[in-house]
Amino acid sequence: MSGDEKHTPMPPAGGHARLLPPDAGRDRPLFAVAAILVFLACLAALGARGAWTSSDRWMSDLAGSMTVQVRPVDGRDASDDAAEAARLIAALPGIASADARSRADSEALLEPWFGTGGLPADLPVPLLIDVELSDPDILPVEDIEAVLADTGIAATVDDHGRWSDAVARASHLARMLALGLLTLILGAAAAVIAFAARASLAARRDVADALHIVGATDAYIAGLFERRFFGLGLEAGATGAGFAALIAILVAVGGGNADAMYFLPELVFAPVEIASLLAAPLIAGAVAALSARLAVAEELRKRW
Amino acid sequence: MTETGVNPFLQSESEVIVRFDDVGMRYGRGPEILKDVSFVLPRGSFTFLTGPSGAGKTSLLRLIYMAHKASRGVVQHFGHDTAALRRKDLPDLRRRIGVVFQEFRMLDHLSVFENVALPLRVAGQKRSAYAEDVAELISWVGLEHHMESRPATLSGGEQQRVAIARAVVNQPELLIADEPTGNVDPDMARRLLRLFVELNRLGTTVLIATHDLTLVRALEAPILSLADGRLTYRERAA
Repeated sequence: MSGDEKHTPMPPAGGHARLLPPDAGRDRPLFAVAAILVFLACLAALGARGAWTSSDRWMSDLAGSMTVQVRPVDGRDASDDAAEAARLIAALPGIASADARSRADSEALLEPWFGTGGLPADLPVPLLIDVELSDPDILPVEDIEAVLADTGIAATVDDHGRWSDAVARASHLARMLALGLLTLILGAAAAVIAFAARASLAARRDVADALHIVGATDAYIAGLFERRFFGLGLEAGATGAGFAALIAILVAVGGGNADAMYFLPELVFAPVEIASLLAAPLIAGAVAALSARLAVAEELRKRW
Repeated sequence: MTETGVNPFLQSESEVIVRFDDVGMRYGRGPEILKDVSFVLPRGSFTFLTGPSGAGKTSLLRLIYMAHKASRGVVQHFGHDTAALRRKDLPDLRRRIGVVFQEFRMLDHLSVFENVALPLRVAGQKRSAYAEDVAELISWVGLEHHMESRPATLSGGEQQRVAIARAVVNQPELLIADEPTGNVDPDMARRLLRLFVELNRLGTTVLIATHDLTLVRALEAPILSLADGRLTYRERAA
């Protein structure tokens, strides 16, 4: 080039093009799988949250209360005994309240076994007293038994210990199942993304080789795949979480929760659940990005 | 013309770009492709690497641009024993080497400009810092009207010039070309050779692997000759 003719060529306008070319054909099935996994993970998370909430409520219902059963005795009026027992119990320290329930309440509890026709009036039916405790950790069982024995009232005190142990075991199992399911789904998602990242690296070996030759570090190349799969995880996560939100809304609005399936965790749609669903795409993106980075870095380490 | 196992003009270590001592290389558990290879590439030298197909030229080049490890012997780049290098040290050394492949190895989804700028982009430089230099280099190889073209739309000779521009854009100390004239016509081959000579004149150490004897005869440069994995050195008087 002579100096007279020399002119400064103009570089093209615009920013950087993506170093990893779009790969829609390969990414579409992965997107679908990831979205489905995120959908299932969201349902598992909502289920886990529901299990937590339900078990907490079950435990609090049982922990702060006791039930006294007043047995009918010949020559005594069971209703009077129940009222008197409730008065005596309410006066004891550590008792917040004691309410005697009527015979009709007892008959209502027996309805599932004896039907709605009512019980014969002369059939002795135990009456119940609901006792609320001031301090759930202090159970004044012996005090109650002593004061009732002094007055000759035949009664049995149930501190709910038998039930609370069973409920605690059931709720612990429900929590572990939900968390286990969530962990399995997240693990499956990470494995699928790692597999896809390895396949993507194999398909784009030309790009990785070209970048290596021009001096790119492993971290630089892994970062390209990491960003690509973060985007894919983000979009798949948003789609999966969106469908999970739809299901949660339908279940919450439709009322198919605790009343119908008391021992199953209920799906609710409260602020915590909404926040979980909003976080799901970010978590999916992070899991995808981390899986892809680790998988690609491992593949690159095998070279040279 | 002299013929020996090692080129005789051994320089001081700081003047040696690449040194091989009794190097052997094999892929996996396969047979040894390179056997007892010893040579040095002095700084500023222009050297041909010749040999028939299958002689091991590409394998030798892979060792030089650090795409593969030697099975035995000592390989030094810029005074560093590559066997003792950590993996994270390799990119810095690779940036001091420019490579031109027979099959170009362009990224077809990127423009000519983006391909040529790739080493600078990978090194973390900002586009605004290198854009004009890259454009000038593309102009220097005669492709100023193709900056935004995709490599696949160019002829073989044009793609080879893009590959050369990419290889020299970060001013490497060593330029390696593997059969650079394999896909171009004789006229373009002569023009590419002039380009390599010009780069060498500007201080770049050049190693060209070729079995094109016309190309080799065009210059009185030393020849590393490979046959059955063994290397001999021939110096030719100017």
